[in-house]
Amino acid sequence: MSYLATILPSLLSGLKMTLGIFFLTIIGSVPLGIIVSLGLKSPYFTIRWLINGYIWIMRGTPLLLQLIFIYYGLGMIGVTFPRFEAAIIAFIINYAAYLAEIFRGGLQAIPVGQYDAAKVLGFNKFQTFFKIILPQVIKIVVPSFGNEVINLVKDTSLVYVIGLGDMLRAGNIAASRDVTLMPYLLVGLIYLLMTAIVTLLLRRSEKVLNTWR
Amino acid sequence: MLTIKNLTKMYDQNVIFKNLNLTVKEGEVLSIVGPSGIGKTTLIKIMAGLEPANSGEITINNEAISIDGERSDANIGLIFQDFNLFPNFTVMDNITLAPINVNKVPAEKAKEQALSLLESLGMADKADLYPYQLSGGQKQRVAIARALAMSPKILAYDEPTSGLDESSTKQVAEVVKTLKSRGVTQVIITHDQFFAEIVSDRIFDFAKEVVR
Ligand SMILES: Nc1ncnc2c1ncn2[C@@H]1O[C@H](COP(=O)(O)OP(=O)(O)OP(=O)(O)O)[C@@H](O)[C@H]1O
Ligand SMILES: [Mg+2]
Repeated sequence: MSYLATILPSLLSGLKMTLGIFFLTIIGSVPLGIIVSLGLKSPYFTIRWLINGYIWIMRGTPLLLQLIFIYYGLGMIGVTFPRFEAAIIAFIINYAAYLAEIFRGGLQAIPVGQYDAAKVLGFNKFQTFFKIILPQVIKIVVPSFGNEVINLVKDTSLVYVIGLGDMLRAGNIAASRDVTLMPYLLVGLIYLLMTAIVTLLLRRSEKVLNTWR
Repeated sequence: MLTIKNLTKMYDQNVIFKNLNLTVKEGEVLSIVGPSGIGKTTLIKIMAGLEPANSGEITINNEAISIDGERSDANIGLIFQDFNLFPNFTVMDNITLAPINVNKVPAEKAKEQALSLLESLGMADKADLYPYQLSGGQKQRVAIARALAMSPKILAYDEPTSGLDESSTKQVAEVVKTLKSRGVTQVIITHDQFFAEIVSDRIFDFAKEVVR
């Protein structure tokens, strides 16, 4: 027990990094994902083509590679970012691509009749999207969105590769220094706790969204 | 008064109707009948601004309205065949959403107006329910209230009695008559000859009047 108390401070400071990446990624990738998914419906072929290419690359290559590429790769050609910023950029553009696909599916599930009804009542496109369409899309995408959020909790551990001190790295250092597996167990427990909280929040929101069908 | 002059509609090279002429007088109830696929729904979609027409003219009270399918006013209220209520809003919010957001009516006033509309349709006790909690006939009355809340110059229905049993059909007929007595101009697409005869002042037979 006293051993846990000695490693806890370093794990918690790693947790701060983990949570920082987690929240900044969500804050950045949700709006970007929505914009990208709307871009997929653009009347301009070039825009659709570019966006499809972007999604293809983001989903078709490992996030680990994208992280390395943005931090080390771009660094080699003179485009340098601090580690943390590089991680945030990589996570946001990666997750936005996945979320865009999810939103696209949600948008497609909305019947044209909803747009027609809104137009006949005089709503403009902006009001139609935000008041009528988006709430219905949100309800549809919450389960798949939740999956992505849980993936993100675990994916944050990938930042070790560019030398950021997240929680997993802190655990790893303690474990090899003290030759014990306790830090690994504790780190695992904290990840479980985080995914449990996310799961709980998702159940809640699904319940709230079930007041209508 | 609604006047349609020489209206022509094509989908690609397919002529749906050509040089269609139709007049609906103030306060009149007009039924439109005709075989499936002839273009009845297409016609009211053009009237409501949901579809472009290729040529012709539509005027309401002698004012031309655009027929490019881009119009977005609430001059013509539409009761869709499957109602298209907004599932994420209660009955009350379905009705008040457009008055509040489009016409900028104060929320309290919009609510009052919605409640009196619901009362006149025998639906006042359903104000707080969501669309999925309503029967087909009730959904339809909400759709009617939602359209009426924007005070359209004309109310158009797409097959309002399809899927309804005899007693619900009679209820719809009652609603149409009530609205008529209040001076609402109504255009009703229907396959139901009996219904058309009991509610309408005049029946427009698409098959006879339209050149393809
Ligand atoms: N978006 C579209 N693109 C091409 N053709 C269409 C489109 N919408 C309708 N049509 C065609 O236009 C014709 C008229 O369709 P419409 O829906 O107006 O018929 P309707 O008279 O309402 O038939 P029903 O009584 O079955 O509802 C049909 O032949 C249909 O195939
Ligand atoms: Mg039809």
